[in-house]
Amino acid sequence: MAADTHPEEEFFAFLAEGRFMLQRSRESGRCFFYPRVAEPLSGCTDLEWVEARGRGTVYSTTVVRQKPPTPSYNVALIDLEEGPRLMSRVEGIASEEVRIGMAVKARIIRESDKPLLVFEPA
Amino acid sequence: MRDAFPRGAAAIVGSATFGLGEAPGFSNFDLAAHASIRALAAAGLRPRDVDGLFIVVMDETLAALNFADYLGIQPRFTDNCRTGGSSFQIQASIAALALAAGQCDVALIAYGSNQRSAAGKLISSTSRPSPWESPYRPPRPIAQYALAAARHMHQYGTTKEQLGAVAIAARQWARLNPEAFLRDELTMEGYLSSRMICDPFGARDCCLVTDGAAAAVMVRRERARELCERPAYLLGAAAETTHREMSSMADLTVTGVARAAQRAFAQARVGPADVDVVELYDAFTINTILFLEDMGFCPKGEGGRFVCGGSIAPGGRLPVNTNGGGLSCVHPGMYGLFTIVEAARQIAGSCGERQIPGVDVAIAQGNGGELASEAVLVLGSEATL
Repeated sequence: MAADTHPEEEFFAFLAEGRFMLQRSRESGRCFFYPRVAEPLSGCTDLEWVEARGRGTVYSTTVVRQKPPTPSYNVALIDLEEGPRLMSRVEGIASEEVRIGMAVKARIIRESDKPLLVFEPA
Repeated sequence: MRDAFPRGAAAIVGSATFGLGEAPGFSNFDLAAHASIRALAAAGLRPRDVDGLFIVVMDETLAALNFADYLGIQPRFTDNCRTGGSSFQIQASIAALALAAGQCDVALIAYGSNQRSAAGKLISSTSRPSPWESPYRPPRPIAQYALAAARHMHQYGTTKEQLGAVAIAARQWARLNPEAFLRDELTMEGYLSSRMICDPFGARDCCLVTDGAAAAVMVRRERARELCERPAYLLGAAAETTHREMSSMADLTVTGVARAAQRAFAQARVGPADVDVVELYDAFTINTILFLEDMGFCPKGEGGRFVCGGSIAPGGRLPVNTNGGGLSCVHPGMYGLFTIVEAARQIAGSCGERQIPGVDVAIAQGNGGELASEAVLVLGSEATL
C-alpha cells in the first residue's frame, strides 16, 4: 500500500463492501486503530490492510438514557483480538445488560444510509 | 531525563472571578475583561501594565489577538494555549518560564464564557466530530467519562455512593461560598434519586453549565511582595498529553495526572503529605476519585473509599475543591483557571468561611478533553520558598 493512501476513506469503503479491515505494519506485524497513514510511535508507512477476525471483549460500557419512550442505547469500548481498541455499540442485548469482559463479535449494519460496525454477544 | 522548572521564580499577585452563574448580556471577552481588571486592580495594576497575555476562549480561535485589542495592549508575549480545561495551568507554567527569562514582566491569564446565557446549553467545541466515535452518538463528553467510571467500578468496586460522596462534599463547600451557583443541601438520597443520563452518571455527577470568568496576574518573585501581601508562588508545574480518542487511552483508570503530579511535586520539592488544599477539575464525580489517586493521596483503586466519611468535605482531613468545584460552584465550559484562582485565594487567606487555616501548599489541577490533557500546578506561600 502506498504511503499516500486515504486511510479513513478506505476503512469506510471496505465497510461499505461488508468487510471489517484493519491496518497492519509490515515492519512490526502489529495492527492498530484508528486508521492513519503511519503506524503510531514507529511512523512506519509500510502498511497493509488485513481482514479483522471480528472477535473482541468489552473493555467498558455505558448506557445513554433517552427521554421515554425513546429507547436507551449502548456505547462501548471493545478490545479486538488483534490488539487494538475501538469505540462501538453492542446490540442484540438490552443496553443495560452489556457487561465488561463480555465476548463479542463484529457485524456490519446500515444506519443513516452508511455502513456501521457494531458488535453482538459472541 | 531532565525536568527542570524555575521553582518559586514567579508568583500570582492578583486574581479574580466575575459573572459566576448567570451573567446575561456579556460576551466572552466582556466577562474576561471584568475579571482581568479586577485581578490587576488587586495588584495595583492596570491593563497597560500587561506585557504577557495568556487567554483562551471556547469559540474564538484567535482569542489572544481579540483580547489584546479589547484591553488596548500590544503584548510582547502572547499565548493562546488550546488543550481544553488544562490550558490555564499550562499557560501559568509558560508565563513563569517567560517571566523568568525576562520575556515579559507582567503576565495576565484570563478566561470568560457566556455559554449559559448565550446558548443555554453546553457549547460544542470547535473540534471536528471524531469519525471513529460520533457514528455511535456518545453524548460528548459525558459518555467518555462514564466509560472511565464504569471501568473504575469494575476494576476496583467503586460504588455509586462513593461517587455521591464526591458530589455531596462539593456541595458542602459550595454552601460556604457566596459565589457558588448551587448552594442547597445535597443529601445521598437526593443524589441517588437524580435522573440518570449516561450510566453510571446522573445529573448530580455532572459539572454545571454556567457563565463565568476568571483572571490571574503573575510577576517575577522579586516584585511579588511589592504588589501583594500574600503571593502564591509557582513551585512546580507539569502537564501530560495522553490521547484524544477514548479508545486511545491505555487504561481508563489511570490519567496523565499520575506523571504530571509526580513531576510537579519533584520540582516543588514537596509531596502529598505537605499539601494543605487540593483544587482539581471535577468535570464529573469520577474525576475527583481518579485525580486524588493519581496525585498519590491514596493508592490506585482506593479513591472511592478515600472520599467517603467526609474526608474531602469541610472539616475533613484533605480539603478538596473548597469553592464547590465544577460540580457546585461554577463551570463555564472550561474550568481550569478557577482552580488556580481558588488555590491562590486560599494561600492569600481571602476565602472567608471556607478558608483553611495556614495554607502553605496548594494544588491547582486542570483537565482537558476527556482525561486527555492533565496539568498540575503546585503553588506555595512565601514560607515555602
